[in-house]
Amino acid sequence: MISLHAGSALTAAFLASLVEAIEAMTIVLAVAIVRGWRPASLGATAGLVVLALIVVALGPLLDRVPLNVLQIAIGILLLLFGMRWLRKAILRAAGIIPLHDETIAFAHETEELREQALRHEQRLDWLAGLATFKAVLLEGLEVVFIVIAVSAGHDVLFPVSAAAVAACLLVALSSIVLHRPLARVPENALKFAVGVMLSAFGLFWTGEGFGIDWPGADLAILVFIALFLGTGLASVVLLSRRTATAGAS
Amino acid sequence: MINWTAPLRELVGLFVEDGPLALAIIAIVALAGIVAALAPSAWWLSSSILLFGCLGVLVLNVAMAKRT
Repeated sequence: MISLHAGSALTAAFLASLVEAIEAMTIVLAVAIVRGWRPASLGATAGLVVLALIVVALGPLLDRVPLNVLQIAIGILLLLFGMRWLRKAILRAAGIIPLHDETIAFAHETEELREQALRHEQRLDWLAGLATFKAVLLEGLEVVFIVIAVSAGHDVLFPVSAAAVAACLLVALSSIVLHRPLARVPENALKFAVGVMLSAFGLFWTGEGFGIDWPGADLAILVFIALFLGTGLASVVLLSRRTATAGAS
Repeated sequence: MINWTAPLRELVGLFVEDGPLALAIIAIVALAGIVAALAPSAWWLSSSILLFGCLGVLVLNVAMAKRT
C-alpha cells in the first residue's frame, strides 16, 4: 500500500512536472515550428543529457550529507520554491498580475526567433537549439529538484521519478500530436496546488531537521496542506474583492 | 572568460523571485531554528513560529502586492 507521504510526493512530483514540461514544451514547439525539429530536438536532447549528468554527479553526494542538514537545506529550498509558486498563483488568481498564457508565451517565442532570423540568419539554428537547451535544462532542473526534495529520506525516489517522467512524456506526446502548446491546461490551478504541496513538504522537512517531532508524524503534512490551501484561497478571495473595489472606484 | 552571472541569476531565480518574501521566509526559519536549538523541549514554540510565521509572511506579502 502506498504510504501517505509517498502518495503526496507522487502527486506533487506529477503535477509540478506537468507544469514545467508544458513550459519547456512551449519553447521547444516554437523553435520546431520556426526552424524545424532538428535544432529543436538537438537543443532539447543536449539539455536532457546535461540534466542527466547533473543527477548522476550530484545524486551520490546527497547520501554523504547528514540527514538533519539535508532536511533543513531541502526544507528551506522547498519553502522558498513552493511559497514562490503559491504567491504567484494567488496574485494571478486574484487578478493582480496577469495569468501565464502558453499561447502568448508561444507567440512571444516565435516572434523572437523570427526577429533573430532577420539579424543573424547563419547562426539561427545554433540560437534556436540554445533556446530549447536552456528551456529544457532550467525547467528540468526544477523537476529534478522537486523529485529529490519530496522523496528525500523516504525511499520513494524511483516511483516519484517515474511519476515525473510520466508527466513529461504525457506533455511531450500531447504537444507533438496536437502540434501546438497545451494552452487549455489550468496552469494556474496546477501551480496553486503544487505551491501548496511543496510549501507543506518544506515546512515538514525544516521542522524535522530542527528536531521537531510533528504530532501525527506524516499526517502533519496533510494538516499543512490544508492550512496553506485555506490561507491561499482566503487570500485570493480577499485580494479579488480589493481588486474589484479598486476597479469600481 | 565565461560569464557565470546570467546562469547563476537564473538558478537563484528558481527559488527567489520576490526578495522580501525570500528574506522573510529565511528569517522565520532562522528564528525557529534558534528557538529549537535553545529550547528543544519547547517544540510547540519553534513549530508554531515556523508554521504561523510562514503563513503570516505569505499573507502579508500578497496583501502588499501592487497590481501590474
